[in-house]
Amino acid sequence: MIKIEKRNDVSQSIYFLTPILAIFLTLFGGGIIFYILGFNPIEALKFFFITPISDLYGLSELLVKATPLCLIAIGLSFCFKSNNWNIGAEGQLIFGGIVGGGVALLFYNHDGFYVLPIIILSGAIGGMLFAMIPAILKTYFNTNEILVSLMLVYVAKLLLDYLVVGPWSNPEGFNFPETRQFSESARMPILFDGLRIHAGIFITLITVFLSWLILYKTYLGFQIKVSGLSLKTAKYAGYKGKTMIIIVFMISGACAGLAGVGEITGPIGQLHRNISPDYGFTAIIVAFLGRLNPVGIIFASLIVALTYLGAETAQIFLQVPKYTGQVFQGMILFFLLGSDYLLFFKIKFLGLKKNEL
Amino acid sequence: MYKLFLRCLISVLFLLGFSINANAEFKVGFVYVGPTGDHGWTYQHHEGRNAVEALGIKTTYVESVPEGADAERVIRQLAQSGHDLIFTTSFGYMDPTNKVAKDFPNVKFEHATGYKREHSNVSTYSARFYEGRTLLGHMAGKMTKTNTIGYIASFPIPEVIRGINAMTLAAQKVNPDIKTKIVWVFTWYDPGKESEAAQALIDQGADIIMQHTDSTAPVQVAEKAGVWSFGQASDMQRFAPKSILTSIIDDWAPYYVERSIAARDGTWKQQDTWHGLKEGMVAMAPYNSAMGSDLIKEVEQLQKDLASGKAHSFTGPIYDQKGNILVAEGAVADDGMLAGMNVYVKGVEGDIPQ
Repeated sequence: MIKIEKRNDVSQSIYFLTPILAIFLTLFGGGIIFYILGFNPIEALKFFFITPISDLYGLSELLVKATPLCLIAIGLSFCFKSNNWNIGAEGQLIFGGIVGGGVALLFYNHDGFYVLPIIILSGAIGGMLFAMIPAILKTYFNTNEILVSLMLVYVAKLLLDYLVVGPWSNPEGFNFPETRQFSESARMPILFDGLRIHAGIFITLITVFLSWLILYKTYLGFQIKVSGLSLKTAKYAGYKGKTMIIIVFMISGACAGLAGVGEITGPIGQLHRNISPDYGFTAIIVAFLGRLNPVGIIFASLIVALTYLGAETAQIFLQVPKYTGQVFQGMILFFLLGSDYLLFFKIKFLGLKKNEL
Repeated sequence: MYKLFLRCLISVLFLLGFSINANAEFKVGFVYVGPTGDHGWTYQHHEGRNAVEALGIKTTYVESVPEGADAERVIRQLAQSGHDLIFTTSFGYMDPTNKVAKDFPNVKFEHATGYKREHSNVSTYSARFYEGRTLLGHMAGKMTKTNTIGYIASFPIPEVIRGINAMTLAAQKVNPDIKTKIVWVFTWYDPGKESEAAQALIDQGADIIMQHTDSTAPVQVAEKAGVWSFGQASDMQRFAPKSILTSIIDDWAPYYVERSIAARDGTWKQQDTWHGLKEGMVAMAPYNSAMGSDLIKEVEQLQKDLASGKAHSFTGPIYDQKGNILVAEGAVADDGMLAGMNVYVKGVEGDIPQ
C-alpha cells in the first residue's frame, strides 16, 4: 500500500538532493536510450561523461563552455527568485555582444590596457539596457515580460545580422557576414598556452561571489526573496516593487551581456551571426538545476556544459547522433521537475494492516 | 615554476597523442554545419563521405556543428583522436580550421569554400556552381512567359553574385528582354523565409523560381503556384516533380575519394581546388521532359561545351548595371575576377546589399 502525503515543511536536504537524483535518473535513462540505439550503455556513458574531461584540454573546454552558462544563470536567478520571468537572456547576450563588439571595432589596432575593460563594461551595459526594456514595459505598461523579453531575442538577432552583413562587415572579407578579427588588446588574456580557457572565468567567479553577497547579505536580496514567495506580503511590507523589478532585470541583463562579450573577446574573437549556440536559453535549465543558488549554479553549469562536450565526443567515437546531447539536457530538466514532486509530497510505504483485510 | 610544469605536462600529452596517431589506422573526419538530412548542402557532403567509406576507409562525422566557438573544439578533437585528414565543410570553419592546423602539422585539413591557407597542411576546395547557373539561365530564358526570373539569394558574397550574373547572362543570350528580380533572405537554410521569398517573387510576376539557399521550400511553393523552378545542391525533383526543370548537384564524392587516397598514400599536397562540370564536382540532375526535346538537346550541348572549355559562363562583352564594360568582347573573365565578383551585370534589378 502506497500513500502520498503532503509535506508540512520542505526539508533543506531534499531540496538539494533532488537535483542529484535527477542527474542519476538522467544517466539511467540515457543508458537505456543508448542501449535501444544499439550501443553498449556503459561505454557510451563513458564517452559521454568521462572522455571529454580526461585531459587538460578537455577540462579547459569544459570551463570555456560553462563560463557563459554560469554567468547568465546567475543573472537569471535574480529574476526567477523574485517571480520575474526573463526568458530573453539570449537577446541580452547578443545585444551585449553587439555593443562590446562595436567598441572593440572602434578600438581596432589600438593598444593599451584600458581597451579590454572598456569593452567588457560596455558589453555589460548593453545587456543591462536591453533587459530594461521588458522591465520598464512591465512596470509602467503592465505588459507580459515573458513575451516581451522573448520577442526581443529576435530583435537582437536581426540587428546582429544586419550589422555583420552591412555596416560592420570586414572590408577585406569578400562580403562574408562577419566583422574583422579584434586586435590583441581587445581579446581576453589566455590563462595557459595551448588551452582556450581565458580570463573571463574570473569575471564569472567574481559575479558568483557578488550575487551571493547581494542575495543573502543585503536588504535588496531579502526583498527579492520575499517578493518571490509572496507579492502581496512584499506590498504590505512597503517594498517598492517597481524599482526592484527593474533592478533584477538590470542585473540579469548585465550578466548576459558579460557572457556575450566574454564569448566574442574570448574564444570567437570577432562578431558574426552565430556568437551564441542558444546559451541564453540553456542557462534557464542551468538556473533551475542549480536551485537558483549561486553555488548550485556553478555545479549545474559544469554538468550542462559536459552534456555539450559529451555529445561531441560520443559522436566522434561512437557516431551517436548529435542530438542526444539535447535529449540529455531535456531529461535532466524533466527529471528535476518530476522529482520536485518529492519536495512537496512524501511517499509512504505502508504494510497492509490487518483490519484492512 | 607551476607554469613550466604545466607546459611540460601539455607537451607530454600532445606527444602521447601523436604517438597514438602514428600507430592507428588511417581515418578521415568530416565536420558538417547542418544535419545530414537537410536534403541540400550537408546531405551532399555526407554522400561524399559515404563514397569514401565505401572504399574501406574509416570515416567519422560530426553534424550540426555551430560556426561559433564550438567549431574549433570539434576540429581539434577530431585531430587529436587520430584522424589523418579532416574536411571542414562550411565557410564559417575557416579560422578554426587554420588555427587547429597550426597545432597538428601531421594532420591534413581541407576547408570548403574558404580562401585562407595559412599553413602547408591546409587545402581549400570549392565548386564552379556558376557553370550550372549558366545552364539554368539558358533554360529560364527559353521557358519564361513573363520575362521575369525570381532569384532567392542568401548572402551577398562573390559566390552568390557570380551565380546571379552567370544565370542572367545566359538568359539574356536567348532572350534579351529578361529581368532578374532578387530577394535576399540572409540565411542558407530557413524554409519559412525561403517560401515567403518565393511567394513574393511569384506575386511580382516571376514564372521561374531559382534559389541559392538549401531548403526544398521554394520548389514546393513553385509547384503549388504552377511556375517553373530549379533545385539546389541535391536532386530535389521528388519535392516538386512537375515544377522542377533540373537541379544543380554538388558532387563532392570524387574529390573526397581522391584526396582521401592521396592522404593515405602520402601524396597529399596543399592546393586550392575549383572544379566544375568538367571534373564532375558540379553535375546536373535529369532534365524535365516538359521542356521539350529540342531545348534539352541545346542544354546538353551547352553542358558539353562548358565542360570541354569551348564555352565559358563569362564571355565578353559583359557590362555592369551602369553600362561600364567589365569583360571586353571576345575575352573571358579570369578566375581572379570571378573570385572577387561584387557587381551585378546589366539586366539584374536592384542593388547589392552593403
